[in-house]
Amino acid sequence: MPRATSDARLLIQSLSKAYAATPTNLKIIDMYVVFTVATALIQVAYMGLVGSFPFNSFLSGVLSCIGTAVLAVCLRIQVNKDNKEFKDLPPERAFADFVLCNLVLHLVIMNFLG
Amino acid sequence: MAGRRPGPAAILLLLLAAALAPISSAVRPVSDAHRSAAAELFVPSADGSFGDLESTYEAVRTFQILELEKYKSLTGKACEFAAEKLAFPSSSAAKDLFHAVRISGALGCSVDTGVYDGVVARLKAVIKDTNSLLEFYYSVGGLLSIKEQGHKVVLSDAESTFHAIKALSQSDGRWRYDTNSAESSTFAAGIALEALAGIVSLADAEVDPSMIGVVKNDIVKLFDTIKSYDDGTFYFDEKHVDATEYKGPIMTSASVVRGVTSFAAVVPGKLNIPGEKILGLSKFFLGIGLPGSAKDCFNQIESLSFLENNRVLVPLILSLPSKVFSLTSKDQLKVEVTTVFGSSAPPLKVNLVQVLGSDSKVINSENKELQFDLGNNVHHLDIAPLKIDVGKYSLVFEISLQEPEHETVYATGGRNTENVFITGLIKVNKAEIGISDNDAGTVESVQKLDLLKDTKVALSANHLHKLRLSFQLTTPLGQTFKPHQVFLKLKHESKVEHLFVVPGSSRQFKIVLDFLGLVEKFYYLSGRYDLELAVGDAAMENSFLRALGHLELDLPEAPEKAPRPPAQAVDPFSKFGPKAEISHIFRAPEKRPPKELSLAFMGLTLLPFIGFLIGLVRLGVNLKNFPSLPGPAAFASLFHAGIGAVLLLYVLFWLKLDLFTTLKYLGFLSIFLVFVGHRALSYLSSVSTKQKTA
Repeated sequence: MPRATSDARLLIQSLSKAYAATPTNLKIIDMYVVFTVATALIQVAYMGLVGSFPFNSFLSGVLSCIGTAVLAVCLRIQVNKDNKEFKDLPPERAFADFVLCNLVLHLVIMNFLG
Repeated sequence: MAGRRPGPAAILLLLLAAALAPISSAVRPVSDAHRSAAAELFVPSADGSFGDLESTYEAVRTFQILELEKYKSLTGKACEFAAEKLAFPSSSAAKDLFHAVRISGALGCSVDTGVYDGVVARLKAVIKDTNSLLEFYYSVGGLLSIKEQGHKVVLSDAESTFHAIKALSQSDGRWRYDTNSAESSTFAAGIALEALAGIVSLADAEVDPSMIGVVKNDIVKLFDTIKSYDDGTFYFDEKHVDATEYKGPIMTSASVVRGVTSFAAVVPGKLNIPGEKILGLSKFFLGIGLPGSAKDCFNQIESLSFLENNRVLVPLILSLPSKVFSLTSKDQLKVEVTTVFGSSAPPLKVNLVQVLGSDSKVINSENKELQFDLGNNVHHLDIAPLKIDVGKYSLVFEISLQEPEHETVYATGGRNTENVFITGLIKVNKAEIGISDNDAGTVESVQKLDLLKDTKVALSANHLHKLRLSFQLTTPLGQTFKPHQVFLKLKHESKVEHLFVVPGSSRQFKIVLDFLGLVEKFYYLSGRYDLELAVGDAAMENSFLRALGHLELDLPEAPEKAPRPPAQAVDPFSKFGPKAEISHIFRAPEKRPPKELSLAFMGLTLLPFIGFLIGLVRLGVNLKNFPSLPGPAAFASLFHAGIGAVLLLYVLFWLKLDLFTTLKYLGFLSIFLVFVGHRALSYLSSVSTKQKTA
């Protein structure tokens, strides 16, 4: 057992060491994703506690968080310099896409909010 | 006949009402009923007016003709109303001046001579300029009314105005509204005649007699187009009821009556109009009964007042105060002959010349003169010597004026037919009830019945027996009487009812109930049946519903497939009663969590955001990459402001805007955002590529 614990600790240490080398802008996006997913989880917890009425408000709240998290992940994929697939795509272009998609997403969310 | 039905008494009542209904809607002179109807129809609004000037005049005039004191209380308000219009004649339409002048005339309002001078000048100017019949009518009518109020008004160019109106007439006696209109109208004819009569009164010199002769001829032609019902009622109506300006028969007839009587009043010589048409017109107006609207009321009352005093022929109306006569109480046949407003007629004789049965068969054609009762102004006759039986009859009366010179003044219409109803007591004889064997036909037990009161016979039978019931009905004159309704009702203990019509022959009424054929109809229900007999007719004064007693019926057991008796309604009249109140069920509101919990979670959702901000600070994020040059910095700020504006718009969309407004604003914002965003981001991109290359 102690062996396994130390292995796990080693693993985490190496992971965090490797992650520390990640560029800051990617870290920001990662934090943003964590923030939105956490918000979605809190809403789900609230729903579990008091029930799903009004359902459309709950759905729009959660989908707003999840949707923007997915968009942020897409942004991260495009901005990542190690990703050869989007080598030719400037990060500014990716950010513009992110902004546009968010605006469209939230128009729909607001319409659905009731 | 079996099943759920309202009781025979209810049917009887309905039939009685139906039989008497047409009799009640008969021609009677104007009475207090009209006065109270008029008082109800013309109700001034809160400020004391009746709406417009025309309605006010109609109210005033109707009250005046009916001699209702009420109109005097209107004087102040109505005079004020009229004076307002008269004060500014040059800016008022001829129509308003016309009505205002007539209100002042009818109520005797005090109007300054100077005011009327202005009105006269204005109306004369209208006459000079117009070629529309209505304008002529209003102006001439206004001038005439001013003249009648004691002011000197002279129409100098009367001849040419007369010609101008006459030019609008058509060959069939109808008139056109103006020179451009293709339609001719009977209503317009009445208006034109009234205007022509006004011109004749206003003219300074005598109007060309040949022209008046032509107009008289037009009137005769107009009366050829009169329409009629088969009871001697005449009325005017437009040829094409779908025409524009269609007024309906009451207004059209009223217009013609007004025009013709006014014209007859001012021209020398008599008009050649048949008396029956004048009488028919007055019957038409009286036949309206109590009018339903204020307009109809005015037209009815005013037309009748013109007919009452016209110079052609004054109609005399024959009417019966009561149309139902009882042989039992030896009622007298009473006939009134009056003018349309109920004034007494000149001396005359009324003869009953014919009595017709309901099938137009002549019952009696003996000529009988009615006695005149001067005190009550009624002609009367005993009906007993006429030897007429109960039922419906048409009586034909003939009116003859005693003084020959009255023949040219009054229209009596010669023969008048009136429908009357004779009722009497019906004798019930030889009533018997009994049970007989099915095969032999021998009567086992026959009991005499006295149908003048309830009886309590007790019978018993089984399905092999027959029930016999017979009786005779005779009228006061000894004829066999056939009432509308003769029903035998059998009512089981369980409230299941069966109705049978008792067939009548020329001699007697007899019904035989063969229980063998009726077991299925009786649903195999054995036990006690109550017997009731209903005999009813509108002419029968002693219609009755009698309990005869009961019948103990022993029927075989019901087979398995026998029909079940229908469920009995608790009370047949309950379906006319008030319905149960409907209680509306609304969706109960969803249960909401406590407010504190919701607020706590709202705070909780902010926590990740705070964590995000802390994370940013710990990562050492800064805004150094923000452009420092003023141009790009401005575009970058505008880009962020634009995104903020779009988000703000979304919030507004959530709070109050609808989708279309939002999309409209979003369109403008997005164009701006794309432009600014492109400039800001392309600057950033160029900076980063420069750094890379450098």
